[in-house]
Amino acid sequence: MASTMFEKIWKAHQIIARPDCQTLLYVDRHLIHEGSATAFQFLADRGLRVRVPERVFGTPDHYVPTNTRDASQIEDAERRRMVESLSRNAKNASITMFGLDDRRHGIVHVIGPEQGISQPGMLIVCGDSHTSTHGALGALAFGIGATEVSHVLATQTLWQRKPATMRITVEGHLPHAVTAKDVILAIIATIGADGATGHVIEYAGAAICDLSMEGRMTVCNMSIEAGARAGMIAPDKVTCNYLQGRPYSPVGPAWETEVGRWRALRSDPDAKFDREVMLQAGLIEPMVTWGTSPQHASPISGRVPDPAENENSSQRDAMMRALTYMDLRPGTALTDIQVNRVFIGSCTNSRIEDLRSAATVVKGLRVKSNVSAWVVPGSGLVKAQAEVEGLDRVFKEAGFQWREAGCSMCLGTNGELVPTGERCASTSNRNFVGRQGPGARTHLMSPAMAAAAALTGHLTDVRQMIARHS
Amino acid sequence: MERFTRLEAIALPFPLSNIDTDQVVPARFLKKLRRDGFGQYLFNDLRFQSDGSENPEFPLNRPAYRSARIIVAGANFGCGSSREAAVWALHDYGFRAAIAPSFGDIFFNNSLKNGLLPIVLPPAVVLGLLSFLRASPGQRVSVDLPAQLVTLPDGSTCGFEVDAFAKECLVYGLDELEYTLSRLDEIVKFENAYKAKRLDV
Ligand code: SF4
Repeated sequence: MASTMFEKIWKAHQIIARPDCQTLLYVDRHLIHEGSATAFQFLADRGLRVRVPERVFGTPDHYVPTNTRDASQIEDAERRRMVESLSRNAKNASITMFGLDDRRHGIVHVIGPEQGISQPGMLIVCGDSHTSTHGALGALAFGIGATEVSHVLATQTLWQRKPATMRITVEGHLPHAVTAKDVILAIIATIGADGATGHVIEYAGAAICDLSMEGRMTVCNMSIEAGARAGMIAPDKVTCNYLQGRPYSPVGPAWETEVGRWRALRSDPDAKFDREVMLQAGLIEPMVTWGTSPQHASPISGRVPDPAENENSSQRDAMMRALTYMDLRPGTALTDIQVNRVFIGSCTNSRIEDLRSAATVVKGLRVKSNVSAWVVPGSGLVKAQAEVEGLDRVFKEAGFQWREAGCSMCLGTNGELVPTGERCASTSNRNFVGRQGPGARTHLMSPAMAAAAALTGHLTDVRQMIARHS
Repeated sequence: MERFTRLEAIALPFPLSNIDTDQVVPARFLKKLRRDGFGQYLFNDLRFQSDGSENPEFPLNRPAYRSARIIVAGANFGCGSSREAAVWALHDYGFRAAIAPSFGDIFFNNSLKNGLLPIVLPPAVVLGLLSFLRASPGQRVSVDLPAQLVTLPDGSTCGFEVDAFAKECLVYGLDELEYTLSRLDEIVKFENAYKAKRLDV
């Protein structure tokens, strides 16, 4: 029978299938960060050990400062404890760690692919909802809770109900200056923040195949923002080129065998999906969010929508609350929204291509005087590469802060927050109420768009900026 | 795990859709220890004002709802971050069931593992229940897990789906991990066959 890529991977990992729907799945890779503290505690309370430490990889990203690489400098005792307990737990269990003192350190969803730890066909879990990122390599990757983390540590397996399948096809080619971030924001604006709940999304179509590996990760990363269990893209030449030569990638004859296996993972031509959605790439514009849900996204050429025009009462209420929180009036041109913070970073957009794209916009120009703008690379290696290319100088000369790797202002658990009432153009993935700090207002967009906003001090159509440049 | 069979309790109407787990428990409390409890942080930024005093507008602060143990919410409740602390906060405050037209997938799974029963009811039923509960605060709803039945304040009933394995764990207070460990042989067998085929580890 014809099957989807998801079904092929699911089947290959099935240990026990209970007739009542739950399946025990084998986990190839388990990524952990500071949030695993409670799970290790659960394990210790029961006298259990980490069963297969070779399949577990850890890095501290949520609680680390991005102005120093010295964990002992973390002033807040609770934050320091989070970072230290990860190191201790990993060490005790012989788990591979990419610690703060290691240049391979970074955001867990950046370093998994970067090290070649995440590979096509694998089942990858992490106690973090953006684990969907790794699906860009053709893996089945999803976020789990703390109890599930302890279950995986103790057994290397996980019980799951089989999700439904959904294919999102983006046909045609993206217009100039439209990026992967715009694609995923357009998708979420179309299907809604719960549009894919209970589903695993496979992204397909020419516009998706055109994307680099970094772009594909941006798209898959935000699958969870459409409610999806996971997002994935069939492995192809781009995937193999990306993985070749990475530290954990197979080598020699094993490489050839694996590549053959990876290529066979794609969904069969006549495979059936539970749902199909189509988008035309040519119609996608640079996108920004104006509200407090990722579905509150519009093309930059648009205006803040009027809730009164929404016929659905619950959506209308949500829009009204969002506009109050965001301090915006219906009808305001999106390009008239002033920002005083810019954050380029997070597991959505902190890879080398993201930094290159922002630097191209910034080069030779200055950050607006009232704007505080940060670049937080996704990993130590991304930072090093950017420095080789001179991107750090481009940012610093323009007035950006050039920071160390970590989650930073995406959620601020390390203390790096957007102050109350301030407005931030951010390349992260969530514009929820209070996400970047209590009372902080977030507008999501691509790195190039965030760079443009840093220069002008308001949301800006980067296409006009590029036109002026050339 | 804590057992769940039947529950009759005051229901809190929370008529918003897409309530993300950042609302249920803000990220800055995630560094707290599990054993200290998360109930005090539940809906922190909605429930309390910036000076730490209670926000009188927030429904949970109204006398009629203070002892609510069932929360009734709009679609996609618990979307966003995978933080299990969102479930711990609801649980530790005293909630034992959540009713909504749909839930965030990870939140749904986390709930089942912590004795908080997530119940999906048809959107129209939830809408009706929400307006009823708002019109007459303090009404009770009852949940019968073995029978998979919710009884609404007007006496009408509505069935719900629950995964048989999850139900078994809840009704008998079974522990999933213990069950898995009891089948370790099968895992080892799978692993050996798997390793023979794969070259990664
Ligand atoms: S960058 Fe943001 S979304 Fe990504 S893992 Fe870190 S906190 Fe989560």
